[in-house]
Amino acid sequence: MKNRIVLYFSAAQSEQPIIYQLVKEYDLIVNILKANINPQKEGLMVMELTGEKDNYDSGIKYLSSLGVTCEPLSETVMWNETLCIQCGACASFCPTEALAMERESMEVSFDNSKCVVCGMCLECCPTRAIKLHFDIREAV
Amino acid sequence: MSYQKSYEEINERIRKGEAVVVTAEEVIDIVEEKGYAKAAREIDVVTTGTFGPMCSSGAFINFGHANPRIKMKKVWLNGVEAYTGIAAVDAYIGAGQLPESDPENKVYPGRFTYGGGHVIQDLVAGKEIRLEAIAYGTDCYPNRKLETIITLDDVNEAFMFNPRNAYQNYNCAVNLGDRPLYTYMGILRPKLGNAAYSTSGQLSPLLNDPHYKTIGIGTRIFLGGGIGYVAWNGTQHHPNVLREENGVPKTPAGTLSVIGDLKQMDPNWLVGLSYAGYGATMAIGIGIPIPILDEEILHYTAVKDEDIYCPIVDFFEGYPYKKDIDLGFANFKELKSGKITINGKQVVTTPQSSYPRARKIAATLKEWITAGKFEISQPVQMLPGADSNIDFKSIPDRHPANGIIFNSGMGGKK
Repeated sequence: MKNRIVLYFSAAQSEQPIIYQLVKEYDLIVNILKANINPQKEGLMVMELTGEKDNYDSGIKYLSSLGVTCEPLSETVMWNETLCIQCGACASFCPTEALAMERESMEVSFDNSKCVVCGMCLECCPTRAIKLHFDIREAV
Repeated sequence: MSYQKSYEEINERIRKGEAVVVTAEEVIDIVEEKGYAKAAREIDVVTTGTFGPMCSSGAFINFGHANPRIKMKKVWLNGVEAYTGIAAVDAYIGAGQLPESDPENKVYPGRFTYGGGHVIQDLVAGKEIRLEAIAYGTDCYPNRKLETIITLDDVNEAFMFNPRNAYQNYNCAVNLGDRPLYTYMGILRPKLGNAAYSTSGQLSPLLNDPHYKTIGIGTRIFLGGGIGYVAWNGTQHHPNVLREENGVPKTPAGTLSVIGDLKQMDPNWLVGLSYAGYGATMAIGIGIPIPILDEEILHYTAVKDEDIYCPIVDFFEGYPYKKDIDLGFANFKELKSGKITINGKQVVTTPQSSYPRARKIAATLKEWITAGKFEISQPVQMLPGADSNIDFKSIPDRHPANGIIFNSGMGGKK
């Protein structure tokens, strides 16, 4: 299974090598999409977690046992169609074809369900029509 | 070549609502179906369009006078400086100008979220703009400082005057280096990670009139959603380059300088842009009607994407340091398919100009002409053509320390 989740750390928890554990002990594939962790401070990490269901559940249990709060990532990339000028630059950077160009009309469309929030589209959009919207509460 | 139409005959048909107008895309199928001779008799005008970043753009504004009067020494619109080294309350706001507070590339790559192009778009959208000016004060213009809010309605004149737009063909940019590049062609990923291209190919104005047979000084055009005119050839107009048999240049060639009243334009067709790591600029919508005066002109307008080539240029070393690196050419059909092959490698293509918007401009212009609202104009003078022997010059590398005298008014000779 594959899920996009947000982890919230307290200051003490941010000292622990949890990614290493998730990979080594639980055989999970970790794709970090956004991280804001500093020594001795609370932090958060947005990641895509992939693996067998058993491993996935055990991994989440492990995180909870450390007191790391795990929540599903509820909002992702926002594409503002009004600001978009349909140049299509974003589509060439999007690894999952969430932002895609229909070749006949050369028009851009966005399929949120395919988006993995890698952020590649944000920088390359000249009208800044694409924004990252993390539905993240204040860190713990 | 026997059949010919005059500008006046075509305008007469436009006025009567009888003109046959098609876009530069539609004309391709029409000539395939009917042949050139028949189609040349039937079609009066072919409309073109392009919508992409055009940095060499800006607008002249006359603000009117304050009380007391001011001779502006410096002036800012929403914090973006406009050039006012002309008369007291005249200024020129350039699309690429940044606010003084912009962090630029200090934190690389900079974001360049607001610049002159955004100011122009905001003005045209009717938004309130902060106007600040300073002056040294004279007997006739005693005011030294001004701060107020204006809108486009408050100024006397505001006309767009773009020194270089509608480039006839453009380089396809790639990155042979090992780090990402942030360029005016967008982000270029390392090791041939993508290939950025511009122009609208078969819809692009000057690619449909490669020898400037109908587009010249005085040509009435679609500019920024309103009506504008070709004022001159654009800067860097370099017509005598390598061309295909169909006349289409294989490298950047002709350019246009265009002019038009900002007050009748539309913010959908003048859009401020931010290029990460490079700067701010704006996208301009331009559409040019091509009168089908004879069969030869029809031939030019029927050009297809697959017949238009542009050079592939490395932006890691080739472009910035003027190194000759031959990567061949790409044609627009391949570029628009999303992938091209360079040195045997499949490379994803990144468009810079908007094809759907170009299509919409050509369609809008067609609508205006068909409805009798827009007549075509015969140029008062043609642009320098492929036989004009124009040199493409660079800044000379001389050494002022070795005795070139400045401010002498003597032309700076040794």
